[in-house]
Amino acid sequence: MSSDNHGGETYVPSGLKQPYHLVDPSPWPLTGALGGALTLFGIVMASHFKNYLPLTAGLLIVLATMFLWWRDILKESATPGLHTMIVRLGLRYGMIMFIASEVMFFVAFFWAYFHFSLMPEHVLGTDTPMWPPKGVLTFDPWNLPFLNTMILLLSGTTVTWAHHSLIEGNRKGLIAGLALTVALGLTFTTCQAIEYSHAPFAFSGGGIYSSVFFLATGFHGFHVIIGTCFLAVCLFRSIGGAMTPQRHFGLEAAAWYWHFVDVVWLFLFICIYWLGHGVIAGE
Amino acid sequence: MTASYDHAHDGHDHHDHKPGFFTRWFCSTNHKDIGTLYLIFAVIGGLTGGALSVMMRAQLMHPGSHVFESGQHWNAVITSHGLLMIFFSVMPGLIGGFGNWFVPIMIGAPDMAFPRLNNISFWLLPPAFVLILAGQMVGDGAGSGWTLYPPLSNSTFQSGPQMDFVLFALHLAGISSLLGAINFITTIFNMRAPGMTLHRMPLFVWAMLVTAFLLLLSVPVLAGAITMLITDRNFGTAFFNPEGGGDPVLFQHLFWFFGHPEVYIMILPGFGIISHIISTFSKKPIFGYLGMAYAMVAIGVVGFVVWAHHMYISGMDVDTRAYFMAATMIIAVPTGIKIFSWIATMWGGSIDMEVPMMWAIGFIFLFTIGGVTGVVLSNAGIDQALHNTYYVIAHFHYVLSLGAVFSMFAGFYYWIGKMSGHQYPNGLAKIHFWMTFIAVNVTFFPQHFLGLAGMPRRYVDYPAAFEGWNMVSSYGAYLGGLSMVLFVVICFLTFTSKTKVADNYWGEGATTLEWTLTSPPAFHTFEELPRLK
Repeated sequence: MSSDNHGGETYVPSGLKQPYHLVDPSPWPLTGALGGALTLFGIVMASHFKNYLPLTAGLLIVLATMFLWWRDILKESATPGLHTMIVRLGLRYGMIMFIASEVMFFVAFFWAYFHFSLMPEHVLGTDTPMWPPKGVLTFDPWNLPFLNTMILLLSGTTVTWAHHSLIEGNRKGLIAGLALTVALGLTFTTCQAIEYSHAPFAFSGGGIYSSVFFLATGFHGFHVIIGTCFLAVCLFRSIGGAMTPQRHFGLEAAAWYWHFVDVVWLFLFICIYWLGHGVIAGE
Repeated sequence: MTASYDHAHDGHDHHDHKPGFFTRWFCSTNHKDIGTLYLIFAVIGGLTGGALSVMMRAQLMHPGSHVFESGQHWNAVITSHGLLMIFFSVMPGLIGGFGNWFVPIMIGAPDMAFPRLNNISFWLLPPAFVLILAGQMVGDGAGSGWTLYPPLSNSTFQSGPQMDFVLFALHLAGISSLLGAINFITTIFNMRAPGMTLHRMPLFVWAMLVTAFLLLLSVPVLAGAITMLITDRNFGTAFFNPEGGGDPVLFQHLFWFFGHPEVYIMILPGFGIISHIISTFSKKPIFGYLGMAYAMVAIGVVGFVVWAHHMYISGMDVDTRAYFMAATMIIAVPTGIKIFSWIATMWGGSIDMEVPMMWAIGFIFLFTIGGVTGVVLSNAGIDQALHNTYYVIAHFHYVLSLGAVFSMFAGFYYWIGKMSGHQYPNGLAKIHFWMTFIAVNVTFFPQHFLGLAGMPRRYVDYPAAFEGWNMVSSYGAYLGGLSMVLFVVICFLTFTSKTKVADNYWGEGATTLEWTLTSPPAFHTFEELPRLK
């Protein structure tokens, strides 16, 4: 990251005059943009007119684009001379910046949470400002939420196990560690689904507590699913032998993303489930 | 622009191999072509937003006019005007257009770090533009104002799909900006040519670096806010709905945590361009280079902690207002560093009054006026009286219309020869400058008087007492409309001009790397990295 790296010689592989990857023209950005736009347009059509066609079509185009685009990247990464050392460094910068932007997305939802929980006078339409709002029953933090905390923390260790196995050339450990991480991710999502189905408050029309709770934990849950998919792709590629001890940025990026998701959960658990709990449902 | 390239080399010459039309313009992975697409898009966005503003001034020329069918129609037009100018003209022009063209070239890189990502950043914008227009045309239009405040934007007051179209348009534009920001940061950190240390980077690149960080950290917060608004509108949540315990002021906080960095996102690239132009035509290196670079960093950092000066009358307690007032005034310090350093650069220089320099000096003069009225408005006490008046409108048009947009025109005249290889018509360009300069001042200066007299913004009509200055302002807007037409003519004459320009047509004052390339540059530049001593 220091500018000193650029002060001297830049690493240029033999036979090339510059070390960067000049990508060939590709149709996927265009299809991805149109698919993304169709998806968002489709949400409006579904919400206002109960027409689900544009939404379905948009999602299919986006998924197809993701598959084809990433397939191209994997092909390129296997082509000598394209993903040079400095190009792989660029991918690292890109992933770090992407995660930074994701953090700021969650800041919006934590902001909403603290706006009300730290200053309950912001909860309007009530004579007794308090957080959680009067009459709202909440989850027992030491039940499923704590189990989920343990699951995610454990999955953080299994993904590190996989990574270090790879670095030491232990293929079995790599695959076992990744498989366990994916399994733990799926278990987390299952527990969250069970939790949601037992929620003592409704999503729609449930008031400010349920709004903040469901959007903050829901977007986190969605990111867990994305992270699980990312790790699952790494698992399949590992089984196929694509990861080497020297070059495995896909796995590193997935691990970074997974740790980010883990940390967001810790904040959710501590702030919303634990410190922010009220009268526990069922007690 | 296509016509300006030489198609004779379309064979398999590796160094300048250009793909066919569809592949080249729709599947592009070339930073210059994508920059060109952005610039064309910015002109279309600016002309559309500008046409709306002329309609608005026609309505306000006299009290009791009926250019618009209803107040809601008016509200929809002012909403579109704001959003189009910000997200579909200034940002694509300065960041997508000039940023894409010149950041890689100025640091000696062969392209952007993620060329495909670059292309999706562009192609998300046309559908977003269509959704904004849908928001304007469907039903009675989305009339919340560009700030999208609930309850104005909630399902009670904007029940149709048009408001959702606008919100999703912003999601698309936001994704576009985010991906662009990631791309610029990675490019600038990872792809500088040997010898191009951070402290030797041209100021335009510094400006784009700070801008990209502001985008990266502020746009996701807007995404969160409009997501909450969308779920409030469509799926029964209550973030901003008091009936469910929610609070509309939360939206204002989230919006302005994005919205205030956004104003620096719009002006910082302009600061970069102006620095290059002032230095080039004074034939001197920029005064206080490091101070100029770190002033932008300081503006970026402090810009994140001043957002609530947009909310002085939202009911915040007096201590909070005192903090935001003090923090806001501090921004005048790094901004002052920039203004005085530009003046110090010109001091004792051998000044060439070429067209870009006219725009740059116009920028400094007008941006300073806008900056000074900004300090006036930063006072929480004075703002109590001036908030939501035409004084505010005058202030932010002086820094944006007469600041950011002037820097876009300055950049256009500075670089169009480099980008197209053609010479702009010099005489007409000078007329264009003076026409615009007079038009925007006639339009916006009287709005200070209207605001001080108490005329509120965002109204379709006004009492007869305000008619005089409104009429003057409208004449200014008409002249501004004419100068936009002249600009289109100038573009046409430039691209069809037979006069080719040299590689470094500005001479000794132009020292950055783009002036070492041909005009226009080859399809791929710096396939062999330049080395800086």
